Amino acid sequence: MISLIDGSESSLRAFLDNLPGVDKVGAEARAAMLATRSIKTTSKAKAIDLAIRMVDLTTLEGADTPGKVRSLCAKGFRPDPTDVTVPHVGAICVYNDMVEIARKHLDSIGGHEIPVAAVSTAFPSGRASMEVKLRDTKDAIEAGAGEIDMVIDRGAFLSGRLGEVFAEIKEIKSLCGDRAHLKVILETGELATYDNVRKASYLAMLAGADFIKTSTGKVTPAATAPVVLVMLEAVRDFYKLTGRRIGVKPAGGIRTTKDAIKQLVLVNETTGPEWLTPDLFRIGASALLNDLLMQRMKLRDGRYSGSNYVTVD
Amino acid sequence: MRLDVMKTYKLYIGGAFPRSESGRSYELKDKKGNFIANPALASRKDLRDAVVAARGAFSGWSHATAFNRGQILYRIAEMLEGRSSQFIAEISALEGVGEAAAKKQVQSAIDLWVWYAGWCDKISASAGGTNPIAGPYYNFTIPEPLGVVGIIAEERESLLGLTRGLAPVIAGGNTTVLIASESAPLPAITLAEVLATSDLPHGVVNVLTGKRSELISWLAGHMEVDGLDISGAQKTLDGELKRLGSENLKRIHRFNMDVSPARMLSFMEYKTVWHPIGI
Repeated sequence: MISLIDGSESSLRAFLDNLPGVDKVGAEARAAMLATRSIKTTSKAKAIDLAIRMVDLTTLEGADTPGKVRSLCAKGFRPDPTDVTVPHVGAICVYNDMVEIARKHLDSIGGHEIPVAAVSTAFPSGRASMEVKLRDTKDAIEAGAGEIDMVIDRGAFLSGRLGEVFAEIKEIKSLCGDRAHLKVILETGELATYDNVRKASYLAMLAGADFIKTSTGKVTPAATAPVVLVMLEAVRDFYKLTGRRIGVKPAGGIRTTKDAIKQLVLVNETTGPEWLTPDLFRIGASALLNDLLMQRMKLRDGRYSGSNYVTVD
Repeated sequence: MRLDVMKTYKLYIGGAFPRSESGRSYELKDKKGNFIANPALASRKDLRDAVVAARGAFSGWSHATAFNRGQILYRIAEMLEGRSSQFIAEISALEGVGEAAAKKQVQSAIDLWVWYAGWCDKISASAGGTNPIAGPYYNFTIPEPLGVVGIIAEERESLLGLTRGLAPVIAGGNTTVLIASESAPLPAITLAEVLATSDLPHGVVNVLTGKRSELISWLAGHMEVDGLDISGAQKTLDGELKRLGSENLKRIHRFNMDVSPARMLSFMEYKTVWHPIGI
């Protein structure tokens, strides 16, 4: 079936329209049930360190400055300056014009292995011509971005112009080549139904995405548990179909250690432990890292830590 | 024949009334052994949530004008007045005192709120001031709120004891986590209902009920808590609480039914500003 997809509207429709529908009540109940798992003591310590390694430490503000981006890089490399056993984060995620600053600063402090992720293709709305989107992406890659977080054209997707969305992702992917990983942002908060989330996940994976990402962080609701569950199931089924492992990145609204651990439980129970690595699962967040660090201190010191003992972002 | 609608006594965290995260509650009886209520038995996670709520509310409350804080404290007194009969009933049931004594206690508590309401915008003028110095500077000192203050309220006179602990702390601009009396927690929860309808911003006061022994050391050791009123804790715990609190240099005080502006200043910091003259 998959081999018949040539990017044409009809071939995509034939495949995507025949995907089984999502059982909404079932998905929400399963996500809620998995959220009640209790992860304590040594498992919690491991989960916290894993979550730190999976964080795409993000700043996507209009008010971002080079200084803020540099301090974010320093934090991503050494999240807790008082404790060298804390691992570094998965990536630093910034707007295009900050990529070069972030890359240079990471290299200068020894964080060569931390990639810089850039949000491209007219983030967050995706409302620009293809020419602009390609140029946007090219800029980011040339500035040193190792990962590209692109947004899909939700307008086109919702009006049923699936071929157009497919072609866009494919073109950006070929521009990325092996220079940059491609994460495709579905902006699930605007897709209205779980069926659409499943459809868009497959569409992105078929077009060549390395990762599928829930949200831009600019729209609510963002990474809700049932949406992440539906996306993880799509990734798991896609692996069975094609043998390709695609990553998942929930982003937006994950602020506490508890939220992050719930995500890890979802991964473990849906795709299995193979996905519990920063290569296949990332969490897009900014405030989350401080909470993870405070919880880590709590486990280490046996008392609750406070916001005075982590950096102000 | 009508079935009574019994009240569920819950916690007060961040302006909401949740049950304990642990799902636990405990049985409360009056002096004669009759069942009164099942208040929530807070866990240390409820305490953690309460501290997060208090920290979140600090910026707004400490930056509200002193006059506005005074108005809100006065509003608390107004709301208490309207609820006095409920407090009188709870106090006489739990403390085993007569109605007259209970009424006197409630009235004293209301008056105390009004008294501290007046102090809100007077404390900085009374305790601060300009300092004479030998140089071309204006030099002045002002008291500022400390941050999040934990309160173990006095057990004596449940409502009045609560007010003696709570009013000076929030009048000074701090936010609080209050651990209610274990044996007489109902006035604390009813007071929380008063606070929730007095325009007091959410999270400024958070009230936990339950076993003090389970919560108190977590509160004393919490790095986000800047001050601690241990008036209601056993004297034998003083050393241990001070040891736990020393890690982040908490201000720890024990009061003996004190009512004074000095009690406000116990949880305030003095800031001195040097400003060059002629600029």
